[in-house]
Amino acid sequence: MDKIKSIEDLRKLREQAKAFLRTRQGEVKVKIYISMGTVGIAAGSRDVLLAILDELQKRNFTDVQIIERGSMGLDVEEPVVGVDRDGVVVYYGHVAPEMARQIVASHVINGQIISDWVIAKE
Amino acid sequence: MKEKSLIDLLHDVQESNPKNYVSKDLAKKVAETSNLSLSKVYGVATFYTMFSVTQRGKHIIRVCRSLSCHLANGESILNKLKEVLGIDIGETTSDGEFTLEESSCLGMCSIAPSMMIDDVPFGNLKEEDIEGIIKKFKEGAL
Amino acid sequence: MKIYRIHALICAGAQCIAAGGNGFEDALKDELKKHELLKEVNIIETGCMGSCQLGPLMAVYPEGVIYTKLKPEDAKEIVEEHFLKGRAVKRLMWKEKETVLPSLSEIPFFAKQTKIVLRNCGIINPEDINEYIAQGGYEALGKALTEMTREDVIQVVKDSGLRGRGGAGFPTGKKWQLAYEQDSPIKYIVCNADEGDPGAYMNRSVLEGDPHSVLEGMTIAGYAIGAQKGFIYVRAEYPLAVKRLEIAIKQAKQAGLLGKNILGTNFSFDIELRIGAGAFVCGEETALINSIEGKRGEPRKKPPFPVQKGVFGFPTVINNVETLANIPVIIEKGAKFFRSFGTEKSPGTKVFALAGKVNITGLVEVPLGTPLRTIIYDIGGGIPEGHSFKAAQTGGPSGGVIPSQYIDVPMDYESLTSLGAIMGSGGLIVMDETSCMVDVAKFFLKFTVDESCGKCTPCREGTRQMLNILERITSGKGQMEDLELLEKLGNTIKLASLCGLGQTAPNPVLTTLRYFRDEYIAHIKDKKCPSNVCKLSSEVKNERKVFNRSSS
Repeated sequence: MDKIKSIEDLRKLREQAKAFLRTRQGEVKVKIYISMGTVGIAAGSRDVLLAILDELQKRNFTDVQIIERGSMGLDVEEPVVGVDRDGVVVYYGHVAPEMARQIVASHVINGQIISDWVIAKE
Repeated sequence: MKEKSLIDLLHDVQESNPKNYVSKDLAKKVAETSNLSLSKVYGVATFYTMFSVTQRGKHIIRVCRSLSCHLANGESILNKLKEVLGIDIGETTSDGEFTLEESSCLGMCSIAPSMMIDDVPFGNLKEEDIEGIIKKFKEGAL
Repeated sequence: MKIYRIHALICAGAQCIAAGGNGFEDALKDELKKHELLKEVNIIETGCMGSCQLGPLMAVYPEGVIYTKLKPEDAKEIVEEHFLKGRAVKRLMWKEKETVLPSLSEIPFFAKQTKIVLRNCGIINPEDINEYIAQGGYEALGKALTEMTREDVIQVVKDSGLRGRGGAGFPTGKKWQLAYEQDSPIKYIVCNADEGDPGAYMNRSVLEGDPHSVLEGMTIAGYAIGAQKGFIYVRAEYPLAVKRLEIAIKQAKQAGLLGKNILGTNFSFDIELRIGAGAFVCGEETALINSIEGKRGEPRKKPPFPVQKGVFGFPTVINNVETLANIPVIIEKGAKFFRSFGTEKSPGTKVFALAGKVNITGLVEVPLGTPLRTIIYDIGGGIPEGHSFKAAQTGGPSGGVIPSQYIDVPMDYESLTSLGAIMGSGGLIVMDETSCMVDVAKFFLKFTVDESCGKCTPCREGTRQMLNILERITSGKGQMEDLELLEKLGNTIKLASLCGLGQTAPNPVLTTLRYFRDEYIAHIKDKKCPSNVCKLSSEVKNERKVFNRSSS
């Protein structure tokens, strides 16, 4: 990354960063957000991440980006997984590795939300 | 001010020691590099709970003992660990794998009871989880 | 090209095959052959349609009917009813559940929260500075450095009324002003991330979820007071926070947002991490200074205050993580915006770590002055398993308990202090009638006895004596005089201790004595723990029996 030398540079970069994040969203069909703060990891999000990666690979689905995030604060629902597809982010709670595999199959690949497991959408 | 503080140095040497402690030799080395007396080094090493001047296991298990974990029956997790490992708090298993310690709070109150093994956090613990977790660590799977 | 009347898409994903998908397909083909429909119905094996818990499934076009959980014996009915007679088999059809998903801001947990400190937590990738910048990050730093004088920055922070979120609630702007006035070529900003209070973890969440907000806040503070360097003191129990901070500092340096001539101005600032090693007392600011210098984390006498003589003897401002995370918002949006939340004396928000006997645990950010009831019932969803609310513990081992009669107390600095509890760093542990208040008091006292650094006698010996008394009481050997003794000792320790640890250590005992004296008395007089937590020794009970017999 180049040094930001002035506030104008910073503002330009912000617009670029915004646009970059937008296009990145456009470039891939689906984004998966995984809550990977200490609480998330302690509740099992690392195993969930591994299950998701494995399932995506099994199904040979590459039109996806996985992003690790901090905690939303809703610790009781951890591990929390968000699926950003078709313009809506849907958050799932208490996700176990097996559930994560089904979320990949249903929602990530085929766009079918598994509403029983949903906390909320954004 | 770029040079490392005594605490940083102690962290470094302890991490480099597979037995997870600041041995006398290491303490001497630290004293030399930092130009401090050995007693100063020991003074600091014994002040902080995360440093040990006695030999410890390869993995350090820290069981959270804060109020939330206490309310969530964290005691049973500690007892189960003692049973599975066959050691008490502050002791090391005979195979040199694990040392059992307590922590005042690991900050996982919302998913109590909790513990950490080395840098890996565990929450929402149930007694029946313990054996599997220990096994995974022994096998190096975590 | 063949023209089919019906297209039947059968899921042949791995899971459907595992669930018996093949058996159905063969049965279907058999039935079609029987009715000579093979030329009219086009069977297509598709990849997984995703509803694996409903599989095997089949979609029939042109109608678009979806059949789920198909068994081979269903083939006959589908062929005869649907394919021949055109009547879809309702029994096997997929019913779309009419669930409307709520949005995040609609679910009760988030609906009553106001996110300033946690504005980016869980929303951005903390390991990518671009995501922070895209959210408007570092805009406040740019504004401070290019449009505001150092005095302006301090004035805005003063006007905002922001108070230290580490517990004491000292006005941040005033602290900055004092450091600004010091005539010294070297000054420091320290971020206190030694979050040791049992029950509190909001700082870690900010460091893990939005580390740049803290770096930006520190850099602005550095500009305001005239510091060239900052330290972040993180407890060693937070390895992930350390890792994310290291990444954030590196990225900020690469972007020129830390280092020499930030944003082309003549202001230069650097941040260094210092890792603790497990000592609660290091959260006390003078002990923290010693620890940063690599020494034993024992507190120093005040005065001189850190703003006069801090790290390495130079003027030092020590701010908590949450305090610093507020700074960019205050600079960018102004004091008035900040004051639109909270109360006159306690503006802004506070993050609480909601834990214990409550349905929804987690981190909660609410305007200061929000009633405790709102946090526990509206946000936290109340007490589980039909139990009732007994008390809330705030401020960890330095704090006290709020009994149920004060559940409507506004959560601000003054109101909590007047109840004998404190805001502290924001730990909020909810207890129901299964929690014994004497046990809770003993629990915290054990903690302070362990963590007392031993430098001053009132704290070192006094807390130990208090613990002895409590152990006596909880084992059924207490005397009524013990209660007065506890109060006397507690008040002495508060007055005579050197640092905040000792000065607040008796609070859990004193507040439980104030609000739950009857529980202490039950332990002493009736030799009973009303909540069935303490194991009062059986010998004592036997002794009592003997005593009763002989006295009757």
